[in-house]
Amino acid sequence: MSKSKFKNPVVKWIDHRLPVFSFMDHELNHYPTPKNLNYFWNFGSLAGFALVTMIITGIVLSMNYTAHVDYAFDSVERIMRDVNHGWLIRYIHMNGASFFFIVVYIHIFRGLYYGSYKAPRELLWILGVLILLLMMATAFMGYVLPWGQMSFWGATVITNLFSAIPLVGESIVTWLWGGFSVDNSTLNRFFSLHFVLPFVIVGVVILHLIALHRFGSNNPIGIDVKGTQDTVPFSPYYTIKDLFGLSVFLSFFAAAVFFFPNFMGHPDNYIEANPMVTPAHIVPEWYFLPFYAILRAIPDKLGGVLFMFGAIAVLFILPWLDRSPVRSSQFRPIFKIFFWILLFDCILLGYLGAMPAEGIYVILSRIATAYYFFHFLILFPLLPYIEKTKPLPISISEPILGGGSAASAFAMREKK
Amino acid sequence: MIKRSSYFFSYNILKLCLSLVVICSSNFSFAAGEKISYPQLNWSFSGILGTFDRASQQRGLQVYKEVCSGCHGMRLLAYRNLKSIGYNDDEIKAFAAENSVNTINDDGEVVERPARPSDKFVSPYPNDKAARAANGGAYPPDLSLIIKARPDGANYLHALLTGYVDAPAEKKVPDGMYYNKYYSGNLIGMPQPLYDDGVEYADGTKATPYQMAKDVTAFLAWASEPEMEDRKRLGISVMLFLLLLSALSYFAMKQIWAPIKKQ
Repeated sequence: MSKSKFKNPVVKWIDHRLPVFSFMDHELNHYPTPKNLNYFWNFGSLAGFALVTMIITGIVLSMNYTAHVDYAFDSVERIMRDVNHGWLIRYIHMNGASFFFIVVYIHIFRGLYYGSYKAPRELLWILGVLILLLMMATAFMGYVLPWGQMSFWGATVITNLFSAIPLVGESIVTWLWGGFSVDNSTLNRFFSLHFVLPFVIVGVVILHLIALHRFGSNNPIGIDVKGTQDTVPFSPYYTIKDLFGLSVFLSFFAAAVFFFPNFMGHPDNYIEANPMVTPAHIVPEWYFLPFYAILRAIPDKLGGVLFMFGAIAVLFILPWLDRSPVRSSQFRPIFKIFFWILLFDCILLGYLGAMPAEGIYVILSRIATAYYFFHFLILFPLLPYIEKTKPLPISISEPILGGGSAASAFAMREKK
Repeated sequence: MIKRSSYFFSYNILKLCLSLVVICSSNFSFAAGEKISYPQLNWSFSGILGTFDRASQQRGLQVYKEVCSGCHGMRLLAYRNLKSIGYNDDEIKAFAAENSVNTINDDGEVVERPARPSDKFVSPYPNDKAARAANGGAYPPDLSLIIKARPDGANYLHALLTGYVDAPAEKKVPDGMYYNKYYSGNLIGMPQPLYDDGVEYADGTKATPYQMAKDVTAFLAWASEPEMEDRKRLGISVMLFLLLLSALSYFAMKQIWAPIKKQ
């Protein structure tokens, strides 16, 4: 199978000694992929695209940015006003963060709906949750860099959370800050970490992909691939589908960047950081709002912090909380209903995170937080005992293609 | 089965779009948090095709120079930037030269020289403390980013500048404070800046407070987002390209998948 795959003699020479071309041919070209994937399977490659976009624009921005409390705000404005197309690069980076999270959240909910976290893909899922955690840390530190009012006060509020840890809390906060308040050393280390963490993410993404390619993609029916009749080669079938998905994604992204670049931002971040003036409401970026709501829902500071991190922690053990052998919600009638309730719950938490912590909002936050943990910790383990799942199809090709013929997709491609 | 799953898919997309709208609008409604609502004006620069009105911007610069600049700086703007609102090099040079900046001469002494087009707008006060001291403790904010730094910035600023009315009888207005119906808490440290014929427009436009507020807002909107016209222009081309790419890749996808779907 591996001999004389390439016609070009240089490629052949290199590949014999360093099989990178074989590797790419195997993983990106022939890679057998279930043929029934819907558009929700586009979001993995979109997330990868967003990551690369963020790294490229970020490197260019860092060439023009000054990580110092006296110059940071002005250096960002210099990028916006005097650097050639600096506004474009900065708006891509700024909105790119939001779009990265939109894409990743859809990717995660797709995994939840179709049970993509179940055996044998547990590590694939766990690596994904790790990426989410790293993304959150990176995004949080990136938001501090323009040194606006929300940057400063967001950093103050979030780093102060660690003071809730008994005994060593205060020392940890001082250690994080590199001083006794959010100041120049904090800004410097956040810049340093914001620069390096994306490359750590790239590393984990590579592991995520290795784990993915071990068993291949899950699919909307959630049953295993039985043979080549159930799959198509990745190229051209999914390369073209990913290109189409990317074009649509970019259309939305470009609309935000060019026409509503500040829609997802907060006006206060165009006011330079001022430790003497606290904004009326301190709110994080929208993608942290559900977690922020959980934090504020718990009346105890340490408890709030634990529940907030717990909201991510439960995702790590999800493969062992959900013991049902059936992956896809299509065959789990009760699970499916609760999936939509969970999605609604998360959106509700996001809304509540943006509201002031008073009156009805506090009560609703507590109910929504309770439901979130109920869903994962109680409902998931119990459901397999209660739920009667629908019968599974025999194979992917049977229900979808009405018992279509064998590996003709591969044959068809070879002909061209 | 194919029918069902595509049905399910479009249903999902709808839900997701809806949730995105909810997320975004929640953020937005927070930003517009204060319960005061402002009159919504029709700005030439709003909308995806909107551009700045040069004549209004130039009148706005005059209002800034003759009224606002007594207290408010514009430290992020350089005199050379005025070229993009329609001034030529000589006009900018003369405009800059009306101000002076400190520099260090060859003998190491601090001396003054006239400002050049490459200099940033000279602020009225040497530092924040001097600004506060001269204004009874209230700090007149720098206006370079004011439209971007306030929710619904343009409408807010216009409302604020025209919002000075007599205080209701039950409201106590302390010394050095003024009543403004659009300011949060209604008590503002800035006295009413705009009066009829506060400036004399060269183009004969009648200088009512409403008109002057509109002009200075147009000028400050540009100062906040000097890239706006370029951004929108480039945006139109990029959108056209992406829509074409989406259409082409869609039909290419349909064609490539056709034999698989037909099986």
